[in-house]
Amino acid sequence: MSVAPSAQRTSSWRVTSSLAQRVGSVALFIAVWQIAADVAHSRLLPSASAVFIALVQQSVHGPLLFNLGITLARVAAAFVVAMVIGTAIGIVMGRSRTIDALFDSWLVLLLNLPALVIIVLAYVWFGLTEAAAIGAVAVNKIPAVAVTLREGARALDPSYSEMSESFHVSRWRTLRHVIMPQLYPYIFASARSGLALVWKIVLIVELLGLSNGVGFEIQLYFQQFDVTHILAYTIAFVAVVQLIEWAVFQPLERRAGRWRQ
Amino acid sequence: MTPALVADIREKRYPGARGAKSHVALADLSLQVAVGEIVALVGPSGCGKTTFLNIVAGLDRNFAGDVRLTPRADGQPARVGYVFQEPRLLPWRTVCENIALVLPQHRADAVVRDMLNAVGLAEARDRYPPQLSVGMSRRVSIARAFAIEPDLLLMDEPFVSLDHDTVEQLRNLLLKLWRARPTTVLFVTHDLREALVLADRLVLLSASPAHVVADLPVSLARNRRESGPEIERLREEVLRYHRELIGAAGAATPVE
Repeated sequence: MSVAPSAQRTSSWRVTSSLAQRVGSVALFIAVWQIAADVAHSRLLPSASAVFIALVQQSVHGPLLFNLGITLARVAAAFVVAMVIGTAIGIVMGRSRTIDALFDSWLVLLLNLPALVIIVLAYVWFGLTEAAAIGAVAVNKIPAVAVTLREGARALDPSYSEMSESFHVSRWRTLRHVIMPQLYPYIFASARSGLALVWKIVLIVELLGLSNGVGFEIQLYFQQFDVTHILAYTIAFVAVVQLIEWAVFQPLERRAGRWRQ
Repeated sequence: MTPALVADIREKRYPGARGAKSHVALADLSLQVAVGEIVALVGPSGCGKTTFLNIVAGLDRNFAGDVRLTPRADGQPARVGYVFQEPRLLPWRTVCENIALVLPQHRADAVVRDMLNAVGLAEARDRYPPQLSVGMSRRVSIARAFAIEPDLLLMDEPFVSLDHDTVEQLRNLLLKLWRARPTTVLFVTHDLREALVLADRLVLLSASPAHVVADLPVSLARNRRESGPEIERLREEVLRYHRELIGAAGAATPVE
């Protein structure tokens, strides 16, 4: 096979060039920020370097890493709960017309319920507890996951299900080998948008009713109009979420799609 | 004769979509297949052959009538292997995993190895179906059906839309597998020559709604069926016969 090495070289060249583009794009952003901060010369728009110093200081001497960890744990819990429940609801609604007709309007209602309302109601009904906070975040995300997975379940190819049924493949094996692989693209799509949505809502939940985490810290700095520390926390969190995308989602997606190569 | 399959279908009807008239696919279709027999169901395209196979396979229970498969000697229900018209391999599982899917876990490895050797695809065990040629995919699909040691093997036009050489190879492979692992076979085709080369018995179906119009044993010895003049003469004969039968019922083209 003489084609393979050259194809490999092209793809590795592409990776390098896209990496260079990314780095360039980030550098440009920092430069624009730095210039804007110099021009404004205000406590309310700190320079990139000041934010970076605050970030390092808060990580080493302050509670940034602790709060980051707590918030990440909440994001993870809410994310897993939302994905599992949303996926289950989506599959059932996609497969059963009766259930779909019965609960479709519930889904529409939930989709249009503002996150703030769900959070406030959860705190009022269940108290300012960890479970109420995580539950509220999950409930915000569940309808979107369900809608995406319902599309996936409707698009399942019946010819594969017939094959597994005619060979009496067990339900569990059918789910694992026949059904789920067809749903992976939908699961990845909703996991991506899910992570982005969930971490933003977790901050609000923390701001409104909890006494630690990134959202709580941002509220404290907001009261002092300390933009430097607000941005330091924000950047730390954005970086972690991007890292999860690169280190977890992308490799998983490549693994699930390897049969396409 | 011990029957492997006794099918007696009074009616199979597809409901019409939104007020359209419902469509009767099968009417009074009775068929018995003896253990070890190879039976070809021959009929015009769209006459309901696939519908019939799906009913026998247990995929379609929405019909009036009765289908019985003789249980295995140990009292277990009969195993049915199905070779679909399209190979229906899971594209996201390797060749090996596709066959292992239909087998109990503890025996899967050994059986997969045997079957892949038997169909000459040992090298391809770790490849994904999209990387296989059309003929290879069909061979995997046949291997999967034989892997479960079926009591009844159903095949739905397994060689349709393939080039002549590939069909020839697959047909020989099928006969080789069948000799090594004898089983009852019910296969559907609209190719009369193929039916005559492979089958012990031809069952000719009418146009939709399908019922049996003729049941003809093929007495020609297997080794004399290699598309010689004899098979050609037989084909002409059956074709004329089938035309007469179906023509009386008012159908257009019967079989090819």
